Amino acid sequence: MKLSLGPLLYYWSREDTLAFYEQAAAWPLDIVYLGETVCSRRHLLRLPDYLDLAEKLSAAGKEVVLSSQTLIESESDLKALRKLIADGLESGKRPMVEANEWGAVRLLAQAGQPFVAGPTLNTYNPDTLAMLVEMGASRWVPPVEMPREMIQQMLAALPESIALETELFGYGRLPLAFSARCFTARHYNLQKDDCQFRCLDHPDGLVLASREGENFLAINGIQTQSSKVMSLAHRFDELQPAGIDVLRLSPQARNMERVVATFRALADGDIAPAQAPAQLDRFMPAPPCDGYWLGEAGMAYHPAS
Amino acid sequence: MSNPPLLELICPAGSLPALKAAVDHGADGVYLGLKDNTNARNFSGLNFDAKSLADGIRYAQAKRRKVLMALNTYPQPATLPRWHKAVDTAASLGVDAIILADPGLMAYARKTHPQLRLHLSVQGSATSYEAVNFYRERFGIQRAVLPRVLSLAQVENVIANTDAEIELFGFGGLCVMVEGRCLLSSYACGDSPNTFGACSPGHAVRWEQTPMGMETRLNGVLIDRYADHEKAGYPTLCKGRFEVQGETYYALEEPTSLNSMEMLPEMARLGIAAIKIEGRQRSPAYVAEVTKVWRAAIDAVKKDRLTFKTQPAWSAALAKVSEGSMNTLGAYYRPWK
Repeated sequence: MKLSLGPLLYYWSREDTLAFYEQAAAWPLDIVYLGETVCSRRHLLRLPDYLDLAEKLSAAGKEVVLSSQTLIESESDLKALRKLIADGLESGKRPMVEANEWGAVRLLAQAGQPFVAGPTLNTYNPDTLAMLVEMGASRWVPPVEMPREMIQQMLAALPESIALETELFGYGRLPLAFSARCFTARHYNLQKDDCQFRCLDHPDGLVLASREGENFLAINGIQTQSSKVMSLAHRFDELQPAGIDVLRLSPQARNMERVVATFRALADGDIAPAQAPAQLDRFMPAPPCDGYWLGEAGMAYHPAS
Repeated sequence: MSNPPLLELICPAGSLPALKAAVDHGADGVYLGLKDNTNARNFSGLNFDAKSLADGIRYAQAKRRKVLMALNTYPQPATLPRWHKAVDTAASLGVDAIILADPGLMAYARKTHPQLRLHLSVQGSATSYEAVNFYRERFGIQRAVLPRVLSLAQVENVIANTDAEIELFGFGGLCVMVEGRCLLSSYACGDSPNTFGACSPGHAVRWEQTPMGMETRLNGVLIDRYADHEKAGYPTLCKGRFEVQGETYYALEEPTSLNSMEMLPEMARLGIAAIKIEGRQRSPAYVAEVTKVWRAAIDAVKKDRLTFKTQPAWSAALAKVSEGSMNTLGAYYRPWK
């Protein structure tokens, strides 16, 4: 099982972000995804910064992938996307791109470049998955809501000759929804165009609770996440039999190193899945959930028996 | 070649009576779905079986109106044949177009029924011309329905860079999230619009009168609580009141609905092919009233776009059927974002 570090979904200061990836270079990860997938107003790091980081992380033995923006609205968003693809792929050494909407798929296929089919492409059936492979996908990330059983059905329906890696969102607050509106700006009674970058104050998102105090969701700019942290640590031994090749760990502001270390220990067989929750517990920003994997409400949680 | 369509009025038909109401009151086309999860309004008591579908198509087409069938959820491995069959049914009954979101299903439709006209559903989440052109090139889609997230200037840019027709939402319920990119409902209760065809589905909803007021829940999560003088709304997840940093408010979206009528002149100038009215879950009386008003408005803007003004009588009629809820121009108006 390979471990990947997903794209940073939050907006951190430039120093914090650079320091995070400097440390990540030393973590026992196989793949690191870089790039802004949430909000096109976030500019503290730009493409040249990501390419610098990519070089450092590659030198540290990591495979690097550049993730594309999920919601493309303007011509300047498209310009950034084209640059990401062109600059990212003009030589063999440059990282692959993760396509997070179908415009990126089109551009990558036109360029004849292999790519990662990201979780927001809505790949829900084998026909669509086979088409992505034909267009150049060498890895796919199922929608975060897709249950184990369905992933198995997807893979079983593919011709055996297809070489494709399956990467699952396995740890972190779940990215659930995208909007044209910014809920962080809304919280502060600001217009999105004048948001004063309040996301910087919420490095793990802004928790939204029900009126009886149950933490429910987390606001991250235009993205809405789960408040609970999706974790499949306790079900780690269910992953490989289901066809999962790569497990994605989504960055959080603190203790990410410990999270990575725990999953590495699981992958190496140094700890048993049943032991993992106790180890992870104090490093998580919120309680766990695993419902999607079991085909239930995403917020549900079943400690492994 | 005939002229490209301009501001066709596309109205919701959740039932045969609603279809007839739309046709009788001036819709250029209606859109409808089958009684299952192959479309994004999978609510009990709604939609069409084989007989009502055939009747509906006959009724509309006899009056030279179009019938568009929504097959706009995402087929899944175990049930893919059901979607294929639905495409076959649509083709054999002679609908004027099918509205699809899933590329795999588009490939099937294209291959099996090459003459069948394809529209890209709003659930396909195509917000740029690069995405629209992907479906256009690959499957020959004739029209794309854009998610309700772009400003009109952004819509103009899409139009300038694709030869697919563009359809926009004009009136009705408003998803604050990008259509096709929202899993809030499955996070709370296991069923999402993408796979189940409904958001915040009825089976997960509970209403309960408590000493603190009327409470609405979705799979146990308190979505809102209403004081006695407040009108309790359906617990659509994104439209509840929640607490963020000690403040309780509509943290995601006010329960407003979209009304873009005053932007009709601009939409006419841009060459928007069609205006879609949301509301397949609404009554035939609602559909009749909204269709009548929008027919009059579109006729007026086509006659003279420069002098077009929303008539107070139209606004009053729409406000009446919207039960006094607030309206918004949505993302078409930039500061909303």
